[in-house]
Amino acid sequence: MIKKITCIECPVGCQLEVETDGSYVIKVTGNKCEKGPVYAKQEIENPMRILTSVVLAEGLDLKTVPVRTSKPIPKAKLVEAMAAVKKIKLTAPVKVGDTIAANFLGLGVDLVSTRNAE
Amino acid sequence: MITRDLVIVGGGPAGMAAAVAAQEAGVKDILLLERDQHLGGILNQCIHTGFGLHHFKKDLTGPEYADQFIKKIAEINQGLGTKGLGIIEISLKSFVVNLTKDKVLTYLKPGKFEEIKAKALIMATGCRERTREMTHIAGTRPAGIYPAGLAQKMINIEGLLPGKEIVIIGSGDIGLIMARRFTLEGAKVKAVIEIQEKTRGLARNVVQCLEDFSLPLYFRHRIAKIYGKDRVEKVLIENTVNGETFELTCDTVLISVGLIPENELIEMACVEIDRKTNSPVSKEVNKCSVKGIFVCGNSYKVYDLVDNVTRDSVKAGQMAAAYLKGLK
Amino acid sequence: MQTFDIIIIGGGVTGAAIARELSRYKLKIALLEKEAELAFGVSKSNSGIIHPGTQNPTNSLKGKLCVAGNKLTKQIAKELGVDFKEVGELIVIFKEEEMPELLEIKKNAEALGVGGLRIVDRLWLREHEPNLNPEVYAALYAPTAGIISPYRWVYDLAENAVRNGVEVFLEHKVIDIRQSGSLRLNTSISLGASAAASRFEVLCSQGNREVNSQVSLGAKYIINAAGLYADEISKMVGINDFTIKPRKGEEFILDKKREYLSNHIIFPLPSPISKGILVIKTSDGNPMIGPTAQEIEDKEDLSTSDEGLKKVLEGAKRMIPSIDENDIISYFAGLRPTAGKDFIIRHEDKVPGFINVAGIQSPGLTSAPAIALLVTDLLRKNGLKLRKKWFFQKYRQRTIHLFDIPFNKTKELMKEDSSYGEIVCRCEMVSAKEVRDAIKRGARTLDGIKFRTRAQAGRCHGGFCTTRIMKIMAEELNIPLTEITKRGKGSEIVKENRDTRNA
Repeated sequence: MIKKITCIECPVGCQLEVETDGSYVIKVTGNKCEKGPVYAKQEIENPMRILTSVVLAEGLDLKTVPVRTSKPIPKAKLVEAMAAVKKIKLTAPVKVGDTIAANFLGLGVDLVSTRNAE
Repeated sequence: MITRDLVIVGGGPAGMAAAVAAQEAGVKDILLLERDQHLGGILNQCIHTGFGLHHFKKDLTGPEYADQFIKKIAEINQGLGTKGLGIIEISLKSFVVNLTKDKVLTYLKPGKFEEIKAKALIMATGCRERTREMTHIAGTRPAGIYPAGLAQKMINIEGLLPGKEIVIIGSGDIGLIMARRFTLEGAKVKAVIEIQEKTRGLARNVVQCLEDFSLPLYFRHRIAKIYGKDRVEKVLIENTVNGETFELTCDTVLISVGLIPENELIEMACVEIDRKTNSPVSKEVNKCSVKGIFVCGNSYKVYDLVDNVTRDSVKAGQMAAAYLKGLK
Repeated sequence: MQTFDIIIIGGGVTGAAIARELSRYKLKIALLEKEAELAFGVSKSNSGIIHPGTQNPTNSLKGKLCVAGNKLTKQIAKELGVDFKEVGELIVIFKEEEMPELLEIKKNAEALGVGGLRIVDRLWLREHEPNLNPEVYAALYAPTAGIISPYRWVYDLAENAVRNGVEVFLEHKVIDIRQSGSLRLNTSISLGASAAASRFEVLCSQGNREVNSQVSLGAKYIINAAGLYADEISKMVGINDFTIKPRKGEEFILDKKREYLSNHIIFPLPSPISKGILVIKTSDGNPMIGPTAQEIEDKEDLSTSDEGLKKVLEGAKRMIPSIDENDIISYFAGLRPTAGKDFIIRHEDKVPGFINVAGIQSPGLTSAPAIALLVTDLLRKNGLKLRKKWFFQKYRQRTIHLFDIPFNKTKELMKEDSSYGEIVCRCEMVSAKEVRDAIKRGARTLDGIKFRTRAQAGRCHGGFCTTRIMKIMAEELNIPLTEITKRGKGSEIVKENRDTRNA
């Protein structure tokens, strides 16, 4: 079958045509650079997303601290990840890039602060 | 009255980039006025990624993008800057209330009332959102109708959830981003309503914000009426092609239909403003009808990417530096 | 049971004006309002025009009370520190054939005592009203028309009344009125002499829109100033010879940048049921166009419509052609509580002590202080002893608005209180101090703060200031952020606070 997907690796957003058997990628066309087929393969076989959200803070100069996963995590894990993020409350100062939760959900990525809070 | 060489109004990405560029071009006396308690401007609430792909060749969140400049300014102020000898004085919680043609600014901060003159002025005051009130949407005026950016601030800065069942008007990037944000926070986004035939936002946002969560996007539809006495109860959606309508129950309507440059201050200074766009009438980027006043970032024109804001605001800083040199 | 000499039902401009007037006397007075704050009923949708007295039927209460009220409003506004601008009004005609009608209006108004009226011609209009449609043939100029902020007027009248001893009960909806003949003595409450003399027991449900709890208040006299629901209140004591029929008016507010598109309030010739679509100057500077006039059934229908917008634009552009739909920055609808052709202000002889003040549509705002005097007279004529207080606080210090005062004054104020320098609303330049003061003076909702300070009423409509205001309210009122409302229970702003410890 042919699946039409939009590549999201950069703001251009190439419309890719992916020939797939349902589980694996056979061929990719429509890409303007080499990132396209890599993205297509990942997106069809195991879609990944970077999660961004905020965690609550107490006793710091911000009420919430924005966070991100250091690398993309499986799209299927987003709901579980959000539930875990909601449980976190920061009480100590953080800097941009500090790890808030290492090996988050055992997925081999860290949950990292994207803002300074003191 | 104190005279400063360069005053910059606005400490978001535009103001910060302009400040750094001006310092690196040799301006020694810079005052940056920011009305919030932190630098960063609107980026502080844009916690999602997609910033810096061009400028830093990295996929950063809004706060991370802002931090690059906050760090640079701190370095400069600690004497660790690699170019220029000046420092960038930051005044937070500082609200400019008046501006004259002669570049005299009046600003307020808790406990202080200041009137200063600027030799050169860079306005980086950003923009405001189009609200429900600006276009007539028939119906009532209940609680629960928010411009998308306000909802974003409530969720991301204040940790509040504005609503549980959302209908979003407008498929621009802010609307799409908020569709995802609400969904991740456990709310149900019933629909995104777009009056044009295609989305105004980036394709990647349609994928990551709508397709990922199977959220319905209706093209060529408009919101015809809002119902609800005290809080939104439902909306009437109209297909603009065939006139058919349907109702969607919801408790929140998000309005994401455009931004307006915030230029009321330069209007006070008799700068010529284009009535339709609220941008300064301008023949060259960052310039306006008054010499020595430069406008950059979203208050100059509404940008799609902050990378381009940085590119042009650096120019503004350099232009201000050149202008000051020319005055001597 | 708490008992009063007088209970005023309805906290709009009528009730507030009556309360202020009666607070001169040694009386125990209660003002009941069913909404979360005063002025949240009919009064908040008022255009703010203080009419000179034109366009009222001769020998009508409307006519007499409007002319008297016009003068009284000017005087009392000064006492209470409320802005009143005498901008004057023009009733315009387009054809010479319409002149007799205009002259008739002039004659009737002069018979009521309206002063300064004169017909002005194209030349005068070109000089004094340059944006007016050049096709306008002539106009009737009434110099004594003025503008006032309707809700600030209500709040300041009520504040002065409270200062002079009136008790205000918000979120108290009257659900029944029992008369002394059928008063059931509740032996668990010690009644005392004054309670025994209460002719009425007013039963209220507290807490708006929910029947949480009920409370009874006793009164010797009741003044029914309940706006849209005056007929229902009157029915409770068996007087049902009038019905309040809501007549909707949609209004559209224009950007403040267009403040000078007119110098006077511009009227067309009136229609049988309304003064027509006007170009209004408001006390806040924003021009306003409207209202429509549409008879409806639902007393709670405040929706605006595309047809309403069309009608208003048509009517307004006819007089000021440069008005553009893009100038519109906000819109709302109000309901006129109509009860026939005239006000119904009378003591009900069948129910001694009960005074109806109903059908107070235009020129109700203007007439309010005169209505208050008339009601005082009715009370006096019907047995109430009116003894003046030794110390009646006639004056009220004007509310401070930073947007209203010169910068040198702002500088001084900041020395007294640094939070004048903390700007919360950027579009209207409102400081944290003003917001806190508004809360201290009774604001409990976001709308209440908007009406008192103008924060949220500017171009961005709260996009910048809403969260700041919510935080100040949570602090001052000691309530969770999730309980902050737009205008009372049911209109909460947010559903959840992530930080459940503070929820």
